Amino acid sequence: MEKRAHFSGWTLPLLLILPQMAITVIFFYLPASQAIWQSFLREDAFGLASEFVGFENYIALFEQPEYYRAMITTVIFSTLVAFFSMSIALLLATQADKSIRLAHGFKTLLIWPYAVAPAIAGVLWMFMFHPTLGTLGRPLNVMGFNWNPMLDGTDAMILLVFSATWKHISYNFLFFLAGLQAIPKSVIEAGAIDGAGPLRRFWTIIFPLLSPTTFFLLVVTIVYVFFETFGIIDAVTGGGPAGTTTTLVYKVYADGRSGGDLGLSAAQSVVLMVIVISLTAIQFRYVERKVQY
Amino acid sequence: MAGVTLDTVRKIYAGNVEAVKGVSLGIEDGSFCVLVGPSGCGKSTLLRMIAGLETISGGDIKIGDRVVNQVEPADRDIAMVFQNYALYPHMSVYDNMAYGLKNRKTPKDEIDKRVKEAARILAIEPFLDRKPRALSGGQRQRVAMGRAIVRKPQVFLFDEPLSNLDAKLRVQMRVEIKRLQKALGVTSVYVTHDQVEAMTLSDKLVVMSGGQIEQVGTPSEVYRRPETRFVATFIGSPPMNILPGKVEGPGRVSVGGQTIAVTDMRDGLTPGSAIEVGLRPEDVQAGGGAGSSSIAMDVDFVEELGATQLFHGKVAGTEFVVQASTGQIAADTRKLTLSIDPANVHLFDPQTTKRLGRD
Amino acid sequence: MVENRPFRDFMAYLTLVIGVIIVAFPVYLAIMASTFDTATIINGNMPLTPGDQAPENYTRALFYGGKLAREPVSMMMMNSMIMALGIAFGKILISILSAYAVVYFKFPFRKTAFWVIFITLMLPVEVRIYPTYKIVADLGLLDTYTGLIMPLIASATGTLLFRQFFMTVPDELLEASKIDGAGAFRFFKDTLLPLSMTTIAALFVIQFIYGWNQYLWPLLITTKSSMQTIVIGIKKMITTTDALTEWQIAMTTAVLAMVPPVLVVIFMQRLFVKGLVETEK
Repeated sequence: MEKRAHFSGWTLPLLLILPQMAITVIFFYLPASQAIWQSFLREDAFGLASEFVGFENYIALFEQPEYYRAMITTVIFSTLVAFFSMSIALLLATQADKSIRLAHGFKTLLIWPYAVAPAIAGVLWMFMFHPTLGTLGRPLNVMGFNWNPMLDGTDAMILLVFSATWKHISYNFLFFLAGLQAIPKSVIEAGAIDGAGPLRRFWTIIFPLLSPTTFFLLVVTIVYVFFETFGIIDAVTGGGPAGTTTTLVYKVYADGRSGGDLGLSAAQSVVLMVIVISLTAIQFRYVERKVQY
Repeated sequence: MAGVTLDTVRKIYAGNVEAVKGVSLGIEDGSFCVLVGPSGCGKSTLLRMIAGLETISGGDIKIGDRVVNQVEPADRDIAMVFQNYALYPHMSVYDNMAYGLKNRKTPKDEIDKRVKEAARILAIEPFLDRKPRALSGGQRQRVAMGRAIVRKPQVFLFDEPLSNLDAKLRVQMRVEIKRLQKALGVTSVYVTHDQVEAMTLSDKLVVMSGGQIEQVGTPSEVYRRPETRFVATFIGSPPMNILPGKVEGPGRVSVGGQTIAVTDMRDGLTPGSAIEVGLRPEDVQAGGGAGSSSIAMDVDFVEELGATQLFHGKVAGTEFVVQASTGQIAADTRKLTLSIDPANVHLFDPQTTKRLGRD
Repeated sequence: MVENRPFRDFMAYLTLVIGVIIVAFPVYLAIMASTFDTATIINGNMPLTPGDQAPENYTRALFYGGKLAREPVSMMMMNSMIMALGIAFGKILISILSAYAVVYFKFPFRKTAFWVIFITLMLPVEVRIYPTYKIVADLGLLDTYTGLIMPLIASATGTLLFRQFFMTVPDELLEASKIDGAGAFRFFKDTLLPLSMTTIAALFVIQFIYGWNQYLWPLLITTKSSMQTIVIGIKKMITTTDALTEWQIAMTTAVLAMVPPVLVVIFMQRLFVKGLVETEK
C-alpha cells in the first residue's frame, strides 16, 4: 500500500523521523547488539579483560540443570495459563455475545482487570490465598489440605497460574468477543436451518471460523506469560520456594542481580530474543496483512 | 481568466507504462471542455497533470500564457472538485470553503464576503456551520463546488464529480454545473466516463482511449461524424451497429448482398475491398422508403423502454439493434425491412478503424 | 431466531455473573482489607463487610507511609503518574512524527527506516534488560524520570498505529490541501492532526496503562526511594516471612494503585477497546 500523493524534499522527513530513530538506536539496537556480542565473550575474574570464546557461554548455559528447570517451569506455566485464560475467556465471550440484556454492562465488568498491574494482581491473590490469614487460603488449611505457597513449589505454581490467568482473561475475552461479533449472523442462521443445534453450531461453525483469533491469542498469551508475568512472580514468590517458580525471564533478572557471569547472562538474553523472534515470526503471517512494505 | 494549452503532454509511470501518449489540445478561455473515455484511458491522469498533482513526463502545459510544468498546484490558480469531494471532515462547511483563502492570507472580510456569496449561489447558506458528515450527498457536492468558486480561479477542474450521486440527483447537479459555469464564465475541464454527461455538459468534447485523443469537437460534431470506430461505438446509446461489408463502387457498399447507398464516402476505394458499415439504432426506419436503401433484419426479442422500443436481432448474421418509437412497429414482428438514409451511413476502415468519409 | 430461549438466557446470565464474581472478588477483598486494622486481618477471620478503619488507613498510606516502605504513597503515585504520562505523551509524539514522515514523504532509505522501527515490535524490554540498564547508567540517567521513560518509548506500536490510520485518510484530502495552498506543516496541523484525535486518545489510554503498570524497569533503575513508583512500593510493603507486614496498608496501597488505570478503562472503554484491538492486531 502506498499513498498516491506525497510531499517532496527529504530534510523535513528525516528530521521528523529522527527522534524515534535516535531512541530506537540508543535504547534498542545498542543494548540488543551488546547482548549478542557479550554472549560470545568471557571476562576474567576481575572483570578487567575479556576474550572471545565462541559458543562456550551457550554450552555452559545448557549444561546448567537450573536452566533446564527454568525452561520446564516456563513451559508448564505458559501452557496452564494459556489453557485456562483462553477457555474461560471463550466461555464468557460466547455468553456475552448472546443477545441478552445487560450484555454491554457485563463486558465492562469483565474487562477492567486488564488495567491492573501484574504485580498488584499477584499481591491480591497472595492475600486471598495466604495460608494463615487469607479468606480462601486459611479454610484450605482448616480443611486439611496443607496449603502453603511459601513453602510448597506446587502450591506456589498454582497461585501464580491463578493470578496470571485472572489478569489475562479480560484481554482474551475482549478479542474473542470481537471475533465472535465479526462472524456474519447469516452463516449461523444457515447452520440453524441446516438443523444444527447450538452446541453443534458452536463446534462446527463458530469455533473453526474463530481459529485465526484463537491462534493470535495463543501467541499473545505465551508472550504475556514469558515477559509480563515477571511482576507477578517477583511479588508473589520471588522465584521460590527453592527456585521452583523461576522462569527464563526471572532467571535472567535473578542471575544478573546476584552479579553472575556477564557472558552467561547475555547468552540467556539472546536465547530469549530468539524465542520471541520465533514467536513473532509465526504471528507475522497475520501481521503481514497490514504491513505491506 | 485563461485558456489551457497542452502540447504533446506525456505521462510515463514507473515500469514504462505510458498512461498519456503525447496529447495536444487547446481549451479556449471560458469554454467547458469534457474529457470522456473508458476507465484507464488517461483522462484522469491528464486532468491531474493540469492540476499539478501528477508530474509531467514530457511536453508542456500552459495556463493562459504561463508554462506551469514546474508550478505547484497551489500556485496554478486552479480549483478542483474531486470525485469523493475531499471535504475536510473536521471543518465546518464555512471553514472548508474559507481554508484555501485563509492560506493565501486573504483579508477576513473578503473571505466572509466570498464564502457567503458562493453559499448563496449554491443554496447552502443554512448549512454553513455544519460538518460535512451532517450533509447529504448532493449538499456535499455543492460544498465542494463552493470551495472551488470562492477562490475565483482561472480554471475549474472536475474529476468525475457526479459519480457518487444517485441517478436523479446526478441529472439535477449536471444542469446546475452547466448553469453555474455559464454564469461565471470560468474555463472548465471536466472528466467523466459517462457519455450522457459528456454530451450535455460540453462545449468541447474530447474522446480519449488508450492514452490518446480519438476526437475533439462539439458534441454534435462528434455524434454526427465520429472520426473513428471507437468514438462511433462509445458516443451514443445504444451504441452504433457495425456491420462487415464490401465496397461496391463510388457511393455504394453492400452488406450481406444488400446494397446500401452512402453520402459521406471517400473517393477511390477499391471495389470488393472490406469495409465496416456503421448505423445508429435510431437512424434506421422500419419499412421501405423512397430514395433510401433497405436491408432485412431478423428480430430475436424486443426491449420495452416506455417511449421507445429496442428491437434486437441480426442483419446478415451480425448482431443489430433498432430503436423505434413505441407503436411504430408491432412488438411481435419477426422480420423487418429497414430503410436507410444515405446521409446516416458511417464507413470505417477495418484495419485502421478510421472514418472513410470525404475529407 | 426462534429458539427455546429462557433456559439458554438463564445459563448465559449465570455464567457471566459467576465470571464477574471471580474477576471482582480479589479486588473486593483488597477493598475490605483497606478498612480494617492489622490485628483483624492477622487473626485470619477478616469479615466480608467493611470495617471502620478506612479513613485512618488511607490517610496513613497516602501521607505518611507504612513501617516497611516509609515513603508516602501520594509521592509514589506522583512518580507513577509522571512516568505513565511521560511514556504516553512521548510515544505519541515521536510516533506520530515518524509515521507522518514514512507515509507522506518519499525520501532515501524510507523503507529501511520503516523496517528499523518495525523490528522493535519483536523485543520487549525484559529481554534486553541488563544491556539497556548499562547504557542508561552510562548516560547517567539512573534515578531520573528520563531514564525511566525513554527506553520504554522505543517501540513500533505507535508508529504502526498511526501509519495504519494515515493510510485510511483519502489521498484527495492531501491533494485538496495542496490546491488550497497548504504545505507539509499546515496539512499536518490543520488536517491530519485534528483527524487523528481519536487515534491519539486510544493510544494514550493504552500507553498510560502500560506506563503506570511498569514493574521490572523501574525496579532496576530506581534506587532512591524518592523515585519509587507505586507498583514497586507495594512490593516492599510485603515480606513473606515477617509478621511485620501491615496488610491493611499494603491493600490500601493496592487499591490506590488500581484506581487510575481502572478508571481510565471504565470511563474510556470505547477508546480503550479501539486502542487495544488496533495496536495488537
